[in-house]
Amino acid sequence: MKTMRWTLWGVVVLFAALMTLFAWQLSRPKDDFVESTMIGKPVPEFTLEAAAADRPGLSSVDLADGTPKLMNIFASWCVPCIAEAPQLAELERAGAPIVGVAIRDTPEDLVAFLQRNGNPFTRIGADNLSEIQFAIGSSGVPETFVIDGKGIIRYQHIGDIREEDIPVLLAKLKEAGA
Amino acid sequence: MRTGFLFVLIAAMFAAPVAAQDRMPPAPYAYRQLDDPALEAKAQALMETIRCLKCQSQSIADSDAQMAGDMRHEIRTRIAAGESPGHIRKWLIDRYGNYVSYKPEVNSVTWPLFVIPLVLLVVGLLLMRHRFRKSA
Repeated sequence: MKTMRWTLWGVVVLFAALMTLFAWQLSRPKDDFVESTMIGKPVPEFTLEAAAADRPGLSSVDLADGTPKLMNIFASWCVPCIAEAPQLAELERAGAPIVGVAIRDTPEDLVAFLQRNGNPFTRIGADNLSEIQFAIGSSGVPETFVIDGKGIIRYQHIGDIREEDIPVLLAKLKEAGA
Repeated sequence: MRTGFLFVLIAAMFAAPVAAQDRMPPAPYAYRQLDDPALEAKAQALMETIRCLKCQSQSIADSDAQMAGDMRHEIRTRIAAGESPGHIRKWLIDRYGNYVSYKPEVNSVTWPLFVIPLVLLVVGLLLMRHRFRKSA
């Protein structure tokens, strides 16, 4: 009889522990970000045509030219991309080389977007089928990758770049050898 | 006052929502099936078990997000080129992690899900045997 009691209490404790686990997990904010698992790996081979007339296109060879870079995945139709434009300009002023990958963009829309929001890019490749986006494990726009001089992906920033992200990105760029 | 409110309601009916959508046409194979039904069936089975990254509770076969369309195009062209579904799934998992695949897989994290039911079954059988022995 005595052992039976204790077993019953054990069940109650187990149930309470389970409920606590549920409560804890449910009260945590949902993390919607799907992080790339390509960090530490080289950028897959690719070649993208120029997306805008006044900037050359982008290929994996350009990313392995010895200089660490920021690679910004963006689009003219993406609203947070407008929000991060001033921060990209600030990164450019701080000396960060920035290349762009325009996702599913028409040349007219892109030119209008760059005229309105500034053009911090040295190169812009047109990724009209999101192929490069998939190849590097990016799950949306905007995203910013730190690529070192050998073309190896070092860091991924998901979402628009806020003021507080600028020092982080500059530090990651420095870590990558800039 | 009344008419003003009504006007706002009517205006809202015709307002175009500001959507984060591009003006590019969908990728060639986003909505077009492969000509070979056997290959299309293979592609379809794979697409139903790949998570849409934009709309994370849907598969890319269910989603109308442009990104899902582009991913369907990617999968259909790869299948048409002779790549195996397993290889494409691995290619995606290598980039996005296990989260991108809906197919249950036994690995270092998920093995308890497969082992625990077996353990419970064995415990249950042992308990039953114990009980029956007692009553007999």
